[in-house]
Amino acid sequence: MATDIEDIRKNSKLLINAIPYNVDDAEFMKPGKGRAIYRLKLRNLQDGSAFERTFHSGEKVDEVSVTSQEMQYLYKQDDHYIFMNTETFEQTFLDEALIGNKKGFLKDGTIVNVLLMGEKTLDITLPNFVELKVIESAVSNKTDTVTSQAKMVVLETGVSIGVPTFIKEGDILKIDTRSGSYVERITAKK
Amino acid sequence: MTNTDETERQRLARIRPGLEKRANIYRIVRSFFCDRGFLEVETPVRAPTIAPELHIEPFESEGYFLSTSPELYMKRLLSAEYEKLFQISHCFRKDEKGKQHNPEFIMLEWYRTGGDYMQMIDDTEQLVVHIADTLHLGMHIPYQGHMIDITPPWLRVTVKDAFMKHTGWDPVTAGDLSNFDIDLVTKIMPAFPMNRPIILMDYPASMASLSRINSSNPQVAERAEVFIGGMELANAFSELTDPDQQRKRFQSEIEQISKERSRTHIMPEKFLDSLMYLQPCGGIALGIDRLIMLFNDTNIIDDVVAFPEA
Repeated sequence: MATDIEDIRKNSKLLINAIPYNVDDAEFMKPGKGRAIYRLKLRNLQDGSAFERTFHSGEKVDEVSVTSQEMQYLYKQDDHYIFMNTETFEQTFLDEALIGNKKGFLKDGTIVNVLLMGEKTLDITLPNFVELKVIESAVSNKTDTVTSQAKMVVLETGVSIGVPTFIKEGDILKIDTRSGSYVERITAKK
Repeated sequence: MTNTDETERQRLARIRPGLEKRANIYRIVRSFFCDRGFLEVETPVRAPTIAPELHIEPFESEGYFLSTSPELYMKRLLSAEYEKLFQISHCFRKDEKGKQHNPEFIMLEWYRTGGDYMQMIDDTEQLVVHIADTLHLGMHIPYQGHMIDITPPWLRVTVKDAFMKHTGWDPVTAGDLSNFDIDLVTKIMPAFPMNRPIILMDYPASMASLSRINSSNPQVAERAEVFIGGMELANAFSELTDPDQQRKRFQSEIEQISKERSRTHIMPEKFLDSLMYLQPCGGIALGIDRLIMLFNDTNIIDDVVAFPEA
């Protein structure tokens, strides 16, 4: 929707070159007898990067409605990750390419925040911590024991991470999704 | 802009020192001008015609306009031989809301018959020095982490020199001025010193507005702006007294307004009629809210206005 730059406020959402941005700040500047200038601090809603852009009065921008909704990850079908709104049971999907590295921490049933532009899914935000089971554990190399994350294991999502040598197949691990790193062991193998 | 958790009562308590300083500065300003023989006047806030200015959008009021500036009325008084005038008046400009703008704001204007734009700048220096002195600040105003040295004369730079230095182009000779405003606020103003006021003078002739063209250099208008602490404080003119030239400029502005804003603007005929009697004079418009911000060490206009627009 083409909107006059005059009507853009802090936290408006804009689409520039097909990328959605949040207006983190909108500064109005105007020489007494001159044209109004709008300096926007913009945050890319897909990768979080920030930049500033200056607009003249009279310019139009594409304002979009971007909402955030808690949804449950159901399953993967072909290249699509399917999510469900737990209140309305409506389903939506996100392409594997847009999920990126997050897929390594996404287990069936996980509740995530889904960023929606109209009907279109833009991105998901994972919970800060997830619990994942070890499905494959390499035999520890004894010479590596000096470091705390001395061996690699494969988690149930298929991703490999470095863990301490005492971790065994079947253990449930707490993982920090922001760094993708091991935090602690939740349960030992029975 | 303001803390949203604050109640109105808390906010009004917080800004009280600013409002008290506002009242004090009004008293000082009035005595400054009265002591120098200026007559304080009041002119209509609701007017049938206003000056056509492409980048100033008026509020309409039942077929009238809310004043965007008292300039035309002030000059009608000057034309009737009121030699030295000042006014503190409410002005209104649509869509102007920001850190340093409120759609309703207070303008201090004064005029001197026989004066020119640089004399108005001298007056401004004297006025600010007088206020600082009365507030026991001496020649230094603490503002946003800087000590602004207000000792006259203030720095003076021409539009040509400032733009050549910081943007590499000269608005005085350039045909296309569409980047003037954006370069002014994003390149020129940030380059101005924070510890000294500065005067930007000799605007391109096409930006003369209601000022006269310099007789020895017809490429520039006798127009100057005062900048202090990163804020545009005041705009001074050697006033244009030629009714024909003024009508032509208004006509061209009215055409632009009609084209770009789809608004019909009425020619201010009574003002143009009075111009034939107007003697050479200088005038200046100073945003008094910003002067109060300066002396209150804030760069947010809402901190010095009791009920700013949300």
